[in-house]
Amino acid sequence: MTVALSAKEVAAKLEPKFPASIIESNKDSLLVKSESLFELISFLKTTPEFDFNYLSSITAVDYLDYFELVYHLTSMEHNHSLVIKTRCYGRGNPTVPSIVSLYEGANVQEREIYDLMGISFEGHPNMKRIFLWDGFEGHPLRKDYL
Amino acid sequence: MEVDRTGEYIYPDTELDRVEGQVIEELKANSQEAIPDPDQWLEEELEQNIILTTVDWVINWGRRSSPWVSLCFPACCGFEFVSAMGPRFDISRFGMEILRASPRQADLMITAGTLTWKMAPNIKRIYNQMAEPKWVIAMGACAISGGIFRSSYSVVPGYNHIIPVDVYVPGCPPRPEGLIYGIQMLQKKIAKRKNLPQEGLKGLIKEGLRG
Repeated sequence: MTVALSAKEVAAKLEPKFPASIIESNKDSLLVKSESLFELISFLKTTPEFDFNYLSSITAVDYLDYFELVYHLTSMEHNHSLVIKTRCYGRGNPTVPSIVSLYEGANVQEREIYDLMGISFEGHPNMKRIFLWDGFEGHPLRKDYL
Repeated sequence: MEVDRTGEYIYPDTELDRVEGQVIEELKANSQEAIPDPDQWLEEELEQNIILTTVDWVINWGRRSSPWVSLCFPACCGFEFVSAMGPRFDISRFGMEILRASPRQADLMITAGTLTWKMAPNIKRIYNQMAEPKWVIAMGACAISGGIFRSSYSVVPGYNHIIPVDVYVPGCPPRPEGLIYGIQMLQKKIAKRKNLPQEGLKGLIKEGLRG
């Protein structure tokens, strides 16, 4: 069984490396600033102690005031997992850095989030709609779509 | 070895996306109204003409005994159709054990599943490629009216917005028995069809009788 790492302990280990980029950490998840998201996930992937070599999923949640992105990372080597969250504000064109260069599997999922939630990923190689067609108005999974 | 990828596609994929989006928007704008079911000729009185009805009967017997099915299984009703195809329910008893991957060899389209607007142009194309005479069975709630996805932003509210439907089989999904009953209803419908051009032939026969 995959062990879910305590995000509080991970945050304590990350704090010296990434000062002031971790907003909040509790038992389940780590809330980080979106500016330092790429470096932080890159660090978690390459450090042997964590070795998160597999991205389980990316999800987005619409809280009306902000969008929250949830990254589920897993390590095949150590058989542990971690949840990382980040927030982006504004409903016009919210943007977060893309992690496709770290995990190839993020490609399709980031496109899906762009399609249904309207969050742009900076640095994505192919940022366009995936399920809906070109010319579709709006992003249907947003709370204010209807 | 380096692979040269320049010129791999004639059109850039953004251009293809744009054209695809245009086709879908156009189809969506043109199919807001449901196409009426092709059943007017069922009400007409059968002509009491021995020659015509016999020829019609033979042709209709051939057509209703071997409706080959074209592949159109966009969603979960497809499993129920596969079950109906299998040995337990065995619709080959009704002469339709052959699934045609090519629409040109098929007579019947069983629309097993939810249709999204993005898929709709392709279904319309498959239907247009089928040779006449052709029939459509709308299988399941989604095919009839869009089902639980009816008010969704991406789902076609019933196949009859895209193609004319002959028989509706309700259920979510319908049992194989239900599908077989629908197929039998379609066979009864085919049996009532008049295949020969009525007016012209009637004139010919009258002239022949006059000498």
